[in-house]
Amino acid sequence: MLHIVNKSPLDRNTLQSCLDTAAEGALLLIEDGVYAATSNSAYAGKLTEAMGRLKVYALKPDLEARGMADRVLAGVTVVGYDGFVDLVAEYPTCQSWL
Amino acid sequence: MKFALLINEGPYTHQASDSAYLFAKAALAKGHEIFRVFFYHDGVNNATRLTTPPQDDRNIVNRWSKLAEEHKLDMVVCVAAAQRRGIVDDGEAKRNGKDTTNLAPGFRISGLGQLIEAGIQADRLVVFGD
Amino acid sequence: MSDIKKFMFVNRKAPYGTIYALESLEVVLIAAAFEQDVSLAFIDDGVYQLKKGHQTSGIEVKGFEKTYGALEDYDITKLYVDSESLAARGLTADDLCVPVEVMSRAELGKLMETQDVLLSF
Repeated sequence: MLHIVNKSPLDRNTLQSCLDTAAEGALLLIEDGVYAATSNSAYAGKLTEAMGRLKVYALKPDLEARGMADRVLAGVTVVGYDGFVDLVAEYPTCQSWL
Repeated sequence: MKFALLINEGPYTHQASDSAYLFAKAALAKGHEIFRVFFYHDGVNNATRLTTPPQDDRNIVNRWSKLAEEHKLDMVVCVAAAQRRGIVDDGEAKRNGKDTTNLAPGFRISGLGQLIEAGIQADRLVVFGD
Repeated sequence: MSDIKKFMFVNRKAPYGTIYALESLEVVLIAAAFEQDVSLAFIDDGVYQLKKGHQTSGIEVKGFEKTYGALEDYDITKLYVDSESLAARGLTADDLCVPVEVMSRAELGKLMETQDVLLSF
């Protein structure tokens, strides 16, 4: 499954809840969720650990909008909206964690 | 592939409508089909033609109307959510005694069955919300 | 042509503070009317939706606790509640207004993988 998270992990527990539940597949961080994909944040360790079972992606336009594209966490694959579309197509289902 | 989109938030306050619009554009550019865009909760507020956003920023309502026209998209606003929030077409105005309408071009008001049908008919349903 | 898909409704929000709990129930009822395979998952503050004894006269909002009880009449009986979310909130299944199946996060995650459409609000 493709899991989509749009909130910063230091603001809401959405990402944590997703990581506690997600069995396998991929995680795409969009909107404020992209903050989780940046290095030097208190959440970086948890996201790095999650990379062991989920492929982690972050939406490039959202990183750039927030001035955070220069500090993407190692192991995160950055994609555009076309990549977002490809990910939704690739996985049989997607869940937006709201 | 056939996509359906569900948008749960109104224009500007949340990024949901923007993200959905840019996703829709990218999907169409790749040759996919958008089966339906469904607006629920405050998402119905994307369908009012009465917004006047600042000229130097994107016009969320108008660009949905334009995308719908260019690609013959089916954009549906949930009737119950619309009634709660005051999004009104001719039919709703007559039925509920309103003296005006405000539905933007390219949108139609209908029931939640359209969302379920979209879930059944589309290959993928993507939700954008808070 | 009538397809039956597995629709799972994921509820993570408490009732009354926002409208999501109420309006998502309205979608659930329509999905049942379309004879789809419907299940509801309650996670995090979503478990509070099912807490017995909603008394909404003081906040002057129409209560909807009894709608959960009415789901059974629509053949919606697959209600899953996350055990960890219950425990974190000091709740047990006895506190809830309807019969539910309590399962761990991990089990819920696996169940989600089997669904065709996941709706969140």
